[in-house]
Formats: sequence, C-alpha cells, structure tokens
Amino acid sequence: MSRPVSFNIKKKPLVSDISMAEMPEGHQGEGFFATTLDSVIGLARKNSIWPLPFATSCCGIEFMATMGAHYDLARFGSERVGFSPRQCDLLMVMGTIAKKMGPVVKQVYLQMAEPRWVIAVGACASSGGIFDTYSVLQGIDQVIPVDVYVPGCPPRPEAILDGVMNIQKLVGKESLRRRSSPGYKTLLESYGIQ
Amino acid sequence: MLSNEHIKQRLIEKFNDQVYGFEEPYGTLTFEAPREMNLKVLNFLYDEEDLKFRFLTDLCGVHFPGQGEKELAVVYHLHNLEDNVRIRFKVFAPLSKPDIYTATGLFSSANWMERETYDFYGINFIGHPNLRRILNVDEMDYFPLLKHYPLEDQSRVDKDDEMFGRGGSIGFGTAKTDHGTVVEAEKHNAGEEKV
Repeated sequence: MSRPVSFNIKKKPLVSDISMAEMPEGHQGEGFFATTLDSVIGLARKNSIWPLPFATSCCGIEFMATMGAHYDLARFGSERVGFSPRQCDLLMVMGTIAKKMGPVVKQVYLQMAEPRWVIAVGACASSGGIFDTYSVLQGIDQVIPVDVYVPGCPPRPEAILDGVMNIQKLVGKESLRRRSSPGYKTLLESYGIQ
Repeated sequence: MLSNEHIKQRLIEKFNDQVYGFEEPYGTLTFEAPREMNLKVLNFLYDEEDLKFRFLTDLCGVHFPGQGEKELAVVYHLHNLEDNVRIRFKVFAPLSKPDIYTATGLFSSANWMERETYDFYGINFIGHPNLRRILNVDEMDYFPLLKHYPLEDQSRVDKDDEMFGRGGSIGFGTAKTDHGTVVEAEKHNAGEEKV
C-alpha cells in the first residue's frame, strides 16, 4: 500500500486562464486606491522572487524538476533564477552541506543584499538528514538564519513549491522596517553576522 | 603473459623473505612487506622491464584495532597497463609510530591519496611535500576513520537514541527488550511465556 497523496488532493476548477494577484485591503474611490506601503511592496516582492539555487546534491535534482515545465516554478514569479548573490532575494540551499562547505554558504549569504530570505530544502539542509556524521553540518541553521524548512529526502517538487509559497506568505506580510529593527539585528548577531 | 607466479618468483628472488603473506583473493596477487622496504618494493615493481607496474590505482589506509604492530595498514594497488595485471601491496605500522615513507617521488597521484590517508588515519608519510588535511576541516583535531572514534557528530543534543536502534525510552538494542519478536515480548510481559 503506497503512501496516500498529501498534496493537490482537492481539484480546483479552472476559473480563468490568467490568475490575478489579490488586491491588498485599502480604500478606493473614483480613480484612486489608498493602501499601506507595506502591503503594496509586499505584493510586488512576493510575486517576483528571484531565487539563488545553492544546489549541492539530490535535492538539486528535485529543484531542476521544479524548474521544469511540469512543476513550473516560473509561474510564481521566479522565472529568472540567478546565480549571483548580489541580485537575488531567496537563497535556496538544496542538498547536503559538509562542515567544510559551511563558511562558503555563509559567504554567499553575506553577499546577498537585504531583503533576503533563506529556504532550506531537504532533510540534509534542515538538520543534517540521514548523514549524522563527523563531516556533515547538522542543519544550515548553524551558520545562517533560515526562514522556511522543506522536509523530505528529497522533497517532491510539490513540496518545494509549497515551501516557496510559504516564503511568499512571509514576504507579503513582512514589515518594511523589519531589516533595520533591533530584533533582526540580534538575530544576525547570534550568527556572528554584522 | 605476465602471471602471478612470475611476479611472485621475481619478488622472492629479489627480496628473499622480506616479502611474505602471498595470497590471491579474486585473482589479484597480494603480499606484504615491512614498512621500511615499501619504496624499494615499489621502485622494483616500477623499474623492472618485465614487471612494469607503473600506475598507482589506489593508496588507502586500514585500521585493524588491537593488532599491535600491525594495527594501521597502508595498501597500494598497482596496475600494469600494458599487460593488464593488478597487484596489491600492504605495509603495516603500529598506532604509536605510524611513519611510512612517501611514494610521491615515484607516483604523483600518491600526493593527494596520502593526504587523504593522513587525514583519516593519522599515518605520517615521511618526505611528503604537503602533508595536511584534504577532505576534513583543517581545525579537526582527531583522525575520524580510526575505529575508536564514533561516526556521529557529538555536538547534537536533540537526538532520540530510540530512533537509531539503541536505548532510548523503550530500550531497543539493550537487554531490556532482548526477547526476540514483538509477539514474544508481549507474551513475556504478560507473564504467559518466558522466552
């Protein structure tokens, strides 16, 4: 008996070919629409996340499948997958990170510009996974702060998409002042990042 | 055709009883020599025109715990490319003095392979140009593949040993649950049957 399907169970009827993003709450009248800056910028950011794939092993293959046409990541706004940290918003760490690779991941994270988010895809990036050994970093949250963890070994493309959708929720709701707030500063200090 | 018998004969002619332990597991001739002789044997196998073992396939270490003088082994796998013959050559060293002469003068590929052997077993290769860790982090202060060190990362605090088949709250893998199958264990607990 195979495992029951846990994603994509409710079949939603296709309303129209083009899906529109939801309008944020606000006051509108003839020719104007007033809302908070946070919600507009959050809406724009969450539908145009540029990911930086840091694919190390098997989860990287699942990411390749996610970027393919069948489980399209591009329809969430991530059409342009960049490999330069200076231009990307979302660091996707996919695969086993060895202890020797830890400083490299940290360096890539440091090169990213604010606002930046991190998603740990797979069991190895989240917690070391099946490799509980002397050489594997037991979770990348030992070196960088992580926003969303996607469990799985490897996670199905639907699960990676679910992780990206959770990142979208975080991005949409984030306050514009968060990155300069003292709480965020203490979080970075705890990782040794200035 | 270069046969194992011929190689064995040539080795015994040259080194008398300094080479010993001739075996042929799966058709590959395997022999041992004292560790001071390793370069002499390697050079002999390289230079001789009818032996020509000029390709070092692998150089690795093995740890045999509790063997005293023969605790750490370095195994050389050599290949004669022209006649397609492979040969295995082992040298041993005690854990207290793991010094072996380096083969980098003869084979350049031995450079990184000896660094790996040093990194994981602590075998000191005398004369190596750059003997430092290659695969592990530089700050590591022990040699991981020696059998008295555990495989697991010791810094974890959130592991549930039950999930790894030892101890934990139920006691898998300990004498507490050593009753065979689950059914028998239940019967034991109910007092019906003593296994």
